[in-house]
Amino acid sequence: MLRLSCPICGTRDETEFVYGGDASVKRPALSVPDTYLWLEFVFYRDNMRGRHLEYWQHVQGCRQWLVLERDTATHEHGDCRLASETEA
Amino acid sequence: MSERYSLLSLLSRGLGGNVGWTRVWREPAPKPAYDVVIVGGGGHGLATAYYLAKEHGVRNVAVLEKGWLGGGNTGRNTTVIRSNYMMPGNTKFYERSVRLWENLSQDLNFNVMFSQRGQFNLCHSIAQLDAARRRGNVMRANGIDAELFDREEVRKRLPYLDYSENARFPIIGAQFQGRAGTARHDAMAWGFARAADRLGVDIIQQCEVTGLLREHGRIVGVETTRGGIRAGKVGLAVAGHTSRLASMAGLRLPIESHLLQGFVTESLKPLVDTVISFGAAHFYISQSDKGSLVFGGDLDGYNSYAQRGGLPIIEHTLASAKALMPCISRLRMLRHWAGVMDMSMDGSPFITKTPVDGLYLNGGWCYGGFKATPASGWCFAWTIANDRPHEDNALFTLDRFRNGRQIDEKGAGPVPYAQ
Repeated sequence: MLRLSCPICGTRDETEFVYGGDASVKRPALSVPDTYLWLEFVFYRDNMRGRHLEYWQHVQGCRQWLVLERDTATHEHGDCRLASETEA
Repeated sequence: MSERYSLLSLLSRGLGGNVGWTRVWREPAPKPAYDVVIVGGGGHGLATAYYLAKEHGVRNVAVLEKGWLGGGNTGRNTTVIRSNYMMPGNTKFYERSVRLWENLSQDLNFNVMFSQRGQFNLCHSIAQLDAARRRGNVMRANGIDAELFDREEVRKRLPYLDYSENARFPIIGAQFQGRAGTARHDAMAWGFARAADRLGVDIIQQCEVTGLLREHGRIVGVETTRGGIRAGKVGLAVAGHTSRLASMAGLRLPIESHLLQGFVTESLKPLVDTVISFGAAHFYISQSDKGSLVFGGDLDGYNSYAQRGGLPIIEHTLASAKALMPCISRLRMLRHWAGVMDMSMDGSPFITKTPVDGLYLNGGWCYGGFKATPASGWCFAWTIANDRPHEDNALFTLDRFRNGRQIDEKGAGPVPYAQ
């Protein structure tokens, strides 16, 4: 069981959250016509072994989207911040 | 070379106290160069080497394994074999696999314990039954056996499921494939290893690939913990870690690595003589020859390379088991484990050349790598030997995403958890 530190609600079980995938993936601007960038955005991932920035949503708490830094090889996790702050 | 097994050899050794069995494969030091190097000594890599040697006469082949044979996902699955696939690209491929399984013990001269005990896919709604009927029709049109059972027939055949008024997901029918079944996963890896070794393939364990050798843009070998090994062609069969190996060649893939868990209970007398898939959650059950019930569950849900499953999925899986078969609620669990899956973005695999010359890719097996092993090796060997895909793996390309030709069996869109 992962125990994530929500900056608003405190430390809670992973079952209160849903996973939102790789947070380093950025959607191209809607005006970008290059289909290659869209292909990369929709399908392709670095799939890192080790440090991974990822989205979680605290659906059974404050409902905020969070960005968590977690190691995909050990499940150790560090910084957990509001996505709205990291991506402002 | 390992001896050929026969009834006579088994009887004489058995009656003689089982002494004098010889080693089943050699333990060679890596040669400086091979025609083909296969990275990954699981079922897929070993099968590829075997079919390269047997079908294509390519015998100067090495299989490199960082740990021990079959120690990755080959040893971490739930051993189910079936070919109930509907999408062009999948249907014939998986049926080829079942047909290879049907003769695999004879072909390898090694008992892989393939038992065609059939598989039920339970349906819990009219829509699900309609979808099963459609799937069955596609299978039958492709020459694959499929039957559709109503609730009464399922109840007659599987009387121990929950048919009560209180059932959370009432069973209204099932699709049945009688030729589906289970096999012994280790035996498959050992059988392929032994048969490949007999044909001259070098199987090199404790040899981790740390980089790819590249000259003029072409892959010409691998760097390993046991030195550099040159190769005419390099094939990757390292599902779970495909992204890492491919990144050594500068490739980025439509794959995420996720954990999938399996479970066994303590042994009990024969109860489940088939394979049963719950239709309401990702859960299925069979019984091993040792008597343990084997459960398959869902993904843990977040990227991981840890080979270590989390508790929420254990609870989910056991809740599903109890919903389906209340009679096993007091059974104790013996073990659980997690494998690292290549989850591709449409749920279908890759057996293909890559954009990098000399590099061939086999991966993206999602939930279904074990059943595919013989056909995967057969098609990958064909692709490597002929430098182009066979008809049966022609659609398992990397550029299908670019072309809008995903093989999305589940119709789920671009997610790394599709069937």
